[in-house]
Amino acid sequence: MNKINKLFSECADRKLLSLYFCAGCPTLEGTADVILTLQDNGIDMIEVGIPFSDPLADGPVIQSAGTVALKNGATLQKIFDQLESIKDKVRIPLVMMGYLNVVMHYGIERFCQSCVKCGASGAIIPDLPFDDYLRDVKPIADKYDLRIIMMITPETSEERIRFIDEHTDGFIYMVSSASITGTQNSFGDAKLEYFKRIDAMKLKNPRMIGFGISNKQTLENAQEYAAGAIIGSKFVSLLNEKGNPKDAVDALYQAIKQ
Amino acid sequence: MEKKNYFVDDKGFYGKFGGAYVPEILYKCVTDLQQSYLPIIESKEFQDEYRQLLKDYVGRPSPLYFAKRMSEKYGCKLYLKREDLNHTGAHKINNTIGQILMARKMGKTRIIAETGAGQHGVATATVCALMNMKCEIFMGKTDVERQHTNVERMKMLGATVHPVTTGNMTLSDACSEAIRDWCCHPQDTFYIVGSTMGPHPYPDIVAKMQSVISEELKGQLDEKIGRNYPDYLIACVGGGSNAAGTIYHYIDDERVKIVLAEAGGHGIDTDYTAATMHCGTEGIIHGARTLVMQTDDGQIKEAFTISAGLDYPGIGPMHANLAQCGRTKILAINDDEAIYAGYELTRMEGIIPAIESAHAIAALKKLTFKPDDVVVLTVSGRGDKDVQTYLNNKQMAKEYGNF
Repeated sequence: MNKINKLFSECADRKLLSLYFCAGCPTLEGTADVILTLQDNGIDMIEVGIPFSDPLADGPVIQSAGTVALKNGATLQKIFDQLESIKDKVRIPLVMMGYLNVVMHYGIERFCQSCVKCGASGAIIPDLPFDDYLRDVKPIADKYDLRIIMMITPETSEERIRFIDEHTDGFIYMVSSASITGTQNSFGDAKLEYFKRIDAMKLKNPRMIGFGISNKQTLENAQEYAAGAIIGSKFVSLLNEKGNPKDAVDALYQAIKQ
Repeated sequence: MEKKNYFVDDKGFYGKFGGAYVPEILYKCVTDLQQSYLPIIESKEFQDEYRQLLKDYVGRPSPLYFAKRMSEKYGCKLYLKREDLNHTGAHKINNTIGQILMARKMGKTRIIAETGAGQHGVATATVCALMNMKCEIFMGKTDVERQHTNVERMKMLGATVHPVTTGNMTLSDACSEAIRDWCCHPQDTFYIVGSTMGPHPYPDIVAKMQSVISEELKGQLDEKIGRNYPDYLIACVGGGSNAAGTIYHYIDDERVKIVLAEAGGHGIDTDYTAATMHCGTEGIIHGARTLVMQTDDGQIKEAFTISAGLDYPGIGPMHANLAQCGRTKILAINDDEAIYAGYELTRMEGIIPAIESAHAIAALKKLTFKPDDVVVLTVSGRGDKDVQTYLNNKQMAKEYGNF
């Protein structure tokens, strides 16, 4: 069974926490250490960011992490190699997250093969159009039992959400607000209305809410109306600041208590 | 032989290039625009207002000028399409007038735009002043420094200029930042894209707005030479908007040879170039599948050229398709060749062209004409903004640089 599906079916009674980090930042060789440390500290799922020169959906923190990773010499191949080296130790699902140009350049089929080889369970490609997903990517991903995770946003129509729900598996990445990645101090009423509206749609896929989660309030709001939350920029900042994953994840747990 | 379609198809593609590769947050905006742009552009209300503004505000039609001395030098009949004489000094305003009318029709209240040389930024700030709309311009910090006068013009016009400090701090980074802003304000904001790039329908919108250039050429050529087509069309190409406008009504007319000049920078065999059609491979940039200069690992390379307006590692999807079909001939013009050509036009015809346009002038030297060949070359903008760059590079101007 795909590890993503397994996570959501086995942990349906508790709220999940997934973290994003950019592979290759702060150090090129640190990817394996970050993943194992997060796993040992109770994180349920990890998004492994693939650095890209022109990340259109990302705010300053993740942009800059990508720039550092590329300066450090990170490539998709090197990231896969590092993941492969810890394949047998990783129990939680890993989801690759990167932009289409890098994945396309590597080759969709080759990308899927490498995911399987290194134990990743799925991928998020924010600029992959849904039509291209259905036509070009899904048939290959299905063959390799990988989950391509698609996003919905406050701008996505109900009809389209139903369509996305019908044609995807694993979970749906619910973007909290009209924004790029980054931290927000609170979610206003409009966002809570949106969370409630989607929750009431009773979709077949579980939802994880991401973008803007950085403290207790935003985390609780997200977890109340979805299967769990995804934290990206806040953790990337802490990882840069602390320099090692253990201190960063400890600091993150502190931050989300407040 | 099956007739090729060089224009956009109903899915937003030019051959295999084009499409709309945007994050989900922009899906609705882009789809709304795809569904409404043709009905708006084709409406009488839009056409009446657009045409009136082009005539009375921009100063169109722009003249078609017979360049006698340059014709003698290059052994052809050279006509210059004078987009440099438009209000604000370049072709860019043809497009911003059209797009701001669309924005208003769609009920948007806030305008954003990217700019490289600052010409599109000025043209956008100008129409925002005209229509009393809020205007935010994204411009790479490097360009803010090298095109300072245009920054001050935008501010005078009431726009907020955001210097972009990511990447190379040039046009490509400005585009990325404008798209990020759009992601954060999808409901009230209209993104006025300045070139034939970005997600569908932008390449088609911009080409249609600039097509007034070739529309006018037909009548002007008919009047001057008794036939409504030239033997050659020449334009410079960065994202590709003035080139698209210059060739639009002649794309299917195989009697007309099309030559486009892209920026070679230090040379296409160096790492310092913006010659995407020579050095690029298929990829995705700013929402379009097109030719892109990129590394073996799929990272977008930084473009390099003396010309801020051509400093882009991608190319409009329409041009990528035309070039791959063999419809257009693409020449790479290096910095020194462009500077020399800019001085040459200045001394021989009394016209100081924008450095972007000087790339098109430099193409003349690389072509062989018959004496009766009618050559139309678009001078996309004027060189006022580039005087300092011309002066700093006098050594490239050879005999024209001794002053």
